[in-house]
Amino acid sequence: MIRAVIVMNTQGKPRLLKFYEFQPPEKQKELMRSVLAVLSGRPDNVSNFVEADAIFGPGTRLVYKHLATLYFIFVFDNSENELAMLDLIQVFVETMDRCFKNVCELDIVFNFNKMHAIVDEIIFGGQVLETSSEQVMKAVEEIARLEKSSNSISFVPKAVSGRFGR
Amino acid sequence: MEQLKTIGRELAMGSQGGAWAGQSKEFLDLVKSIGEARSKAEEDRIILREIESLRRRIAEPDVPRRRMKDYIIRLVYAEMLGHDASFGYIHAVKMTHDDSLPLKRTGYLAVTLFLNDDHDLIILIINTIQKDLRSDNYLVVCAALTAACKLINEETIPAVLPQVVDLLAHPKETVRKKAVMTLHRFYQRSPASVSHLISNFRKRLCDSDPGVMGATLCPLFDLITEDVNSYKDLVASFASILKQVAERKLPKTYDYHQMPAPFIQIKLLKILALLGSGDKQASGQVYNVLSDLFRKCETSSNIGNAVLYECICCVSSIYPNVKLMDAAIEATSKFLKSDSHNLKYMGIDALGRLIKINPDIAEEHQLAVIDCLEDPDDTLKRKTFELLYKMTKSSNVEVIVERMIDYLISIDDNHYKADIASRCVELAEQFAPSNQWFIQTMNKVFEHAGDLVNSRVAHNLMRLIAEGFGEDDEGADSQLRSSAVDSYLRILGEPKLPSLFLQVICWVLGEYGTADGKYTAAYIIGKLCDVTEAHLCNDTVKAYAISAIMKICAFEIAAGRKVEMLPECQSFLDELSASHSTDLQQRAYELQALLCLDSQAAGNVMPLDASCEDVEIDKDLSFLINFVQQSIEKGANPYLPESERLGMSGVSNFSSPYQQEASSHSLRFEAYELPKPSSIPVIPQPFISTSTTDLVLVPDTTYYRENNQASKLIVGPEASSADAGIKLRLDGVQKKWGKPTYSSSSSITTSVEKTTNGVVAHQDGIRSHSRDTTYDSRRQQPEVSVEKQRLAASLFGASASKTEKKATMAQKAPKGNSTNAEKSSVVRSVSPGTSKDKTAPPPDLLDFGEPVPTSAPTIDPFKELEGLIEPASALGPLYNTVKTGGDKAQDLMALHMDTPPSVSRTSLSLASEGTYSTDKSSYTEKPMIAVKKGPNLQDALHKDATARQVGVTPTGNNPNLFRDLLG
Repeated sequence: MIRAVIVMNTQGKPRLLKFYEFQPPEKQKELMRSVLAVLSGRPDNVSNFVEADAIFGPGTRLVYKHLATLYFIFVFDNSENELAMLDLIQVFVETMDRCFKNVCELDIVFNFNKMHAIVDEIIFGGQVLETSSEQVMKAVEEIARLEKSSNSISFVPKAVSGRFGR
Repeated sequence: MEQLKTIGRELAMGSQGGAWAGQSKEFLDLVKSIGEARSKAEEDRIILREIESLRRRIAEPDVPRRRMKDYIIRLVYAEMLGHDASFGYIHAVKMTHDDSLPLKRTGYLAVTLFLNDDHDLIILIINTIQKDLRSDNYLVVCAALTAACKLINEETIPAVLPQVVDLLAHPKETVRKKAVMTLHRFYQRSPASVSHLISNFRKRLCDSDPGVMGATLCPLFDLITEDVNSYKDLVASFASILKQVAERKLPKTYDYHQMPAPFIQIKLLKILALLGSGDKQASGQVYNVLSDLFRKCETSSNIGNAVLYECICCVSSIYPNVKLMDAAIEATSKFLKSDSHNLKYMGIDALGRLIKINPDIAEEHQLAVIDCLEDPDDTLKRKTFELLYKMTKSSNVEVIVERMIDYLISIDDNHYKADIASRCVELAEQFAPSNQWFIQTMNKVFEHAGDLVNSRVAHNLMRLIAEGFGEDDEGADSQLRSSAVDSYLRILGEPKLPSLFLQVICWVLGEYGTADGKYTAAYIIGKLCDVTEAHLCNDTVKAYAISAIMKICAFEIAAGRKVEMLPECQSFLDELSASHSTDLQQRAYELQALLCLDSQAAGNVMPLDASCEDVEIDKDLSFLINFVQQSIEKGANPYLPESERLGMSGVSNFSSPYQQEASSHSLRFEAYELPKPSSIPVIPQPFISTSTTDLVLVPDTTYYRENNQASKLIVGPEASSADAGIKLRLDGVQKKWGKPTYSSSSSITTSVEKTTNGVVAHQDGIRSHSRDTTYDSRRQQPEVSVEKQRLAASLFGASASKTEKKATMAQKAPKGNSTNAEKSSVVRSVSPGTSKDKTAPPPDLLDFGEPVPTSAPTIDPFKELEGLIEPASALGPLYNTVKTGGDKAQDLMALHMDTPPSVSRTSLSLASEGTYSTDKSSYTEKPMIAVKKGPNLQDALHKDATARQVGVTPTGNNPNLFRDLLG
């Protein structure tokens, strides 16, 4: 299964973190650091795979893609195929590109909840759900549409929401 | 510079503001200011300030819900940057209760990111999830399923399980898909809680939507990994699904980069690999679709290669098939020749899998492998080391371990260092050509990765030095020891040594430092004292050191020499006698006491070189008999055995658990039973353990011996089997530590030497000759450096020389087997068993005859017999005589066809010199065939050899010729 999806920039600032096995924030930070240490030490034009059992436990591997200022990283165990994971990153990036029209790091920072929606449509509970960026886009757009419509309907007065505020 | 650019862009984007509708200005400002932060400290300050303000504002009464959503998002952001936002968790939980979809989704997103599945707040969400799973809006259902995946733990699964199961029949396919995956997740969490639902997975395999079917494969993969046998019935369905997918029967929407549903293909291949592993019948159902895939897979796209790689994995896992193996080997070589590092990586991995089935294929790719070894890419390098590890044998162990140690020194990743060190140790223990080499290697490993190595390894090393060669060659032993002492004294000069290594050094110096009289006791003691001072060492090393000093003193005293205390030794002693550790204190006092003994007593306390002597234990405690007698006479209770005591209560009960434990852990003294012939996986073992150990790799000699010994076999298979069985362990030991065989060559030479004296010299000549020819063929490849070639030769050369030697043996005439037979036996031989079982065997259903992929590279000698015959008959009129011989042999085989369950199995047992004599009746006839066949074959080989001397020389170097000849 896929253990984690990580997007971070080349300085190690996380842009999107999704762990399919819970990790407390301090642990996440530590993992980020060690991943960055490994990735920044790798020259260009080498393979996109890294054996990550020192970081994420035995049998884990990670596949990464370095695009502009960002690293896209998928961590997974031996029930997945490296090359296929590399293509899954491609799907992810393609979808974002469709979503934001020429995606840049900033889109990802500001829309990280939307990014989560996209990832959730591609990977579900650590398993690959959908690999066609077109289908993913459709799902995400439908969510956006429904959200908007439900938004306009349920403009509820403060008093109602206040129920939860207390 | 990079950072500046980012900031610049962030500023530019920030000014547009409206581009990110959903987010508030404040969030934009936050992100912007973090982007501008010049240091980590500044960033932390900003975030902490933000968190403080959020803490204040989130607690205000009547926060508008839209504002609250913004707060929550900012909290998620803060936590992503690694700051604690736990004060806001409860608000995120509340947000999941909201009716509005965006808020609910944000709430779910936040809780899935914030909470662990055993967090206290989960209990507040369960109810919401239950409700949402029943919602009419499928997006709400999806959000709830996502949350359930992440947040529901073993205890709470029953609360939502019924709803999730209901969703399996939901009209929307995305929901069905997610419901299947949620169930899978539940299964991963706690298999027991969903065990009654497993049939659902099978059912969903037939879902009308291929996506749902694909999703079902994931849980099925897990289930099959757990228990292969209960899913064998699905092999045919999986194979047919795979076939349909590959034939593009799915809707176009499932295509990805012109590949039809590649992820489904990959999962199916993984599943089939599991199901077909070691199962000939199941594998048979897969062969066709696999060969289709090999044909269809396009290698231009990444994903195509992913599927191809998965095919190779599948081929290497299922029951071997020659044609598929060839396809897999071809695909692998394409990977290896590719420029892409990714593909090379996959190629190396695939090669590692394939050599388990056929170790010879690595040879073809030697240069590619060496390129990968020297690649700047670390991942590739490690993968290559893994491959080398898999293909290590006694002939190339020196080169491989040397490479590994070089790499070990060059890296500083402790985890991997430990890993590779343990591999070095393992290889060295298994294949060490000489003890000298072993000790040197171990020293290097200890020096560079000392504390990462298991302490067991250190003890092994000490034992080896103590036991020496295990033969009665005292001279060699003492030479080994003194060389160890020399090297350790030299190494002690190094500034920093790991403590485990120091322990070994101390022990060896204490035991053997003065043994050969080269060094004086004072010198060694001085060195030992230096050890404890120069290296900051722990108590264990000190204990080793003081014991070593004690031994040396004892030896000196026993030899009648006087020991004068060095000042540094005295101070060391004083230090230890005042130590906090009672163990060290005791050792110090023991030493002081020892110094006062006379030579006789000291010699008894610490006898020279007695570390290997068994300490005699009087198990009957006979020296207590008098005491017991007296006690009983005085009225004590006699001892009752445990069995009699069990009924009693009180005191005896109190002590019984100990005794029971002791009895359950007691050593077993009787020998294990001999392996039964019916269990196939054990079969390769007898090859390793046959009385002349070294026959492992040489089926030819096995055959030869067999012919010679056939009569013997009939007479006394029982005796020889028992012999082999008992020898099993001994041989393993012998092989580890035994005298070095003829250095570069593999074990074959020795075995030949044993059987036919005087052949060796001749062989050597031919070997060098054939090496020349291989060198020639290699030289044709341009731009390959000499150095690489040398490395390649040392890594792979052994296997090359192996085949060469086979050729030479054939030339040597009637005794051996010939290369062409060898080659063709792989290609042409059909196991008689299979050919009878299936009336019309399709040409691609040939098998290797070895059901176990992990087996040693044994080749069924029975088939080789056939192989001997078949190619000869194909060679045409020249071999008329042979042909008849072959036919006769086959007739004979046909006669016996019905006796054993599988003929190939019988022949295996034959090869192992009748190790499996339990079922004698069915086997005894077999050797007779061999005998009858014998003369004919020898004739044939004679002719073959003469033919070769006259004209063509069909060695392994021109296999094409053979393929042409044999069709």
